[in-house]
Amino acid sequence: MSATYDLYQELILDHYKHPRNKGPLPGATLNAKDSNPLCGDEVILHLNLDGSHRISEVRFEGQGCAISQASASILTTMLKGLPRAEVEALNQDALLKKLGIPLSVVRLKCALLSHHVLRLAIGDKKADRA
Amino acid sequence: MAKPAKVLLNVPAIKADFPILQRKVHDRRLVYLDSAATSQKPKQVIDATSDFYARYNANVHRAIYELGEEATREYEGAREKIAAFIRAKSPNEIVFTKSTTESLNVVAYGYGLKGKLQPGDEIVGTVMEHHSNHVPWHFVKDHKGAVLKYVDVTDEGTLRMEQYDELLTKRTKIVTVALCSNVLGTINPVKEIAKRAHEVGAVCVVDAAQAAPHMSIDVQDLDVDFLAFSGHKMLGPTGIGVLYGKPEALEATEPLLGGGEMIREVHLGRASWNDVPYRFEGGTPNIAGAIGLGVAADYLTKLGMDAVRAHEMEITQYALEKFERLQGVKTYGPKDVKKKAGVLAFTIDNAHPHDVASILDVEGICIRSGHHCAQPLMERFDLPATARASFYVYNDLEDVDALVAGIKRVQEVFA
Repeated sequence: MSATYDLYQELILDHYKHPRNKGPLPGATLNAKDSNPLCGDEVILHLNLDGSHRISEVRFEGQGCAISQASASILTTMLKGLPRAEVEALNQDALLKKLGIPLSVVRLKCALLSHHVLRLAIGDKKADRA
Repeated sequence: MAKPAKVLLNVPAIKADFPILQRKVHDRRLVYLDSAATSQKPKQVIDATSDFYARYNANVHRAIYELGEEATREYEGAREKIAAFIRAKSPNEIVFTKSTTESLNVVAYGYGLKGKLQPGDEIVGTVMEHHSNHVPWHFVKDHKGAVLKYVDVTDEGTLRMEQYDELLTKRTKIVTVALCSNVLGTINPVKEIAKRAHEVGAVCVVDAAQAAPHMSIDVQDLDVDFLAFSGHKMLGPTGIGVLYGKPEALEATEPLLGGGEMIREVHLGRASWNDVPYRFEGGTPNIAGAIGLGVAADYLTKLGMDAVRAHEMEITQYALEKFERLQGVKTYGPKDVKKKAGVLAFTIDNAHPHDVASILDVEGICIRSGHHCAQPLMERFDLPATARASFYVYNDLEDVDALVAGIKRVQEVFA
């Protein structure tokens, strides 16, 4: 693939075509959903915490562009086993660094949708919108 | 098989008129296929707007001095050109607004909300409208108690004309429809729809944003009551739009913007209105925009709107044939170019429209992706989004070939 296709590097395409941790998680304790009204990208996140407040299970559902869906898949791989305090400290830059692609302002919204949904999931009561 | 490349416009000469088409994007030739969103501008239009600011900038209709005379003459000259462009009877039937959206809002507010509509009166639209021909009527429903009804489309993307039989009643006061769909490219039988509207005593309001740039319009032949379009989609500047209205329709419309220019007399607590069309042009208008739009109309008239339409039919036909041979690519809207303008919505299996647009961007190709401000239509076809290519006077078959090659790259990436 040509070097100009910076956006669609192997990692992104791999996670888009073979998403990790994708599917419903019935009875999950933390759930959130959001969409990008401009594009119709949608991400739903399900999380379970164990007795020591670590993420024991994580799943995502959704539809949309490769950037939004690969980002959600990659995010789930970063979350598994993480203590809640570290989940709360996980900022946008950590995810963007993992994605490792140059993003325009518009595509940044796609890439960060899953992070926003994570904030909703661990945030206040109204975050539970799934 | 593709027909031999025989174009009706001198595209190389036209391309040379558009400075932006000389630039490169990502080190590639710019292939601009998003004219349905906004068109590019020829140097004649760019020069006309800068000429106004450089040589005779003054406010219109007020200044006594020479500059003001010149500005007013050019601004009113633009109104005459636009009247001629759509074959209105008089320049007084042409209102300058900022956009199609504003034009439609002027009608919804001034004729619907503040005009003669009564609660329970009915407005008949269609599911293929742009949001700008949906939402203003929602206001009339919410604040006046009007009832909204919609004509559906066939799977092919044409209006289900037989539905007008049941939807049009004595209670129908407004029938509104796009002359051309911004997603499907469908050209609607507006003359027939206006006739049907008039039979029940309703007015016909037409969104011509996608039609005015691409085909000859004769408002007298169509016999519509209001018709709205934008300058920026027809080679003109942004921020200038047009509302055509029959004299009696404009007289029955209350102004949306109160302020300078639109009044006859103002006293404390009350005012009387200026004549149509000035009644609707409160505030200093977009003078440079109107003058630029007049020059854009000149440019198109010189090409000939029938030649413009024939040119786009040829490109669209060529594109439809090429797309038909692409595996895993689906197009939407009529396949018969007699019923379709140069707007081609499509989807590619396993590739989201945004990714399609991103990859084509790398190839220097500009297309639109998303819901195209037509969510009700997208729902009708159960689509979250599509990609859309649209053609204009500066496009040629080579641009279609570039698009098709780009689509093959998309398919490689997502294979």
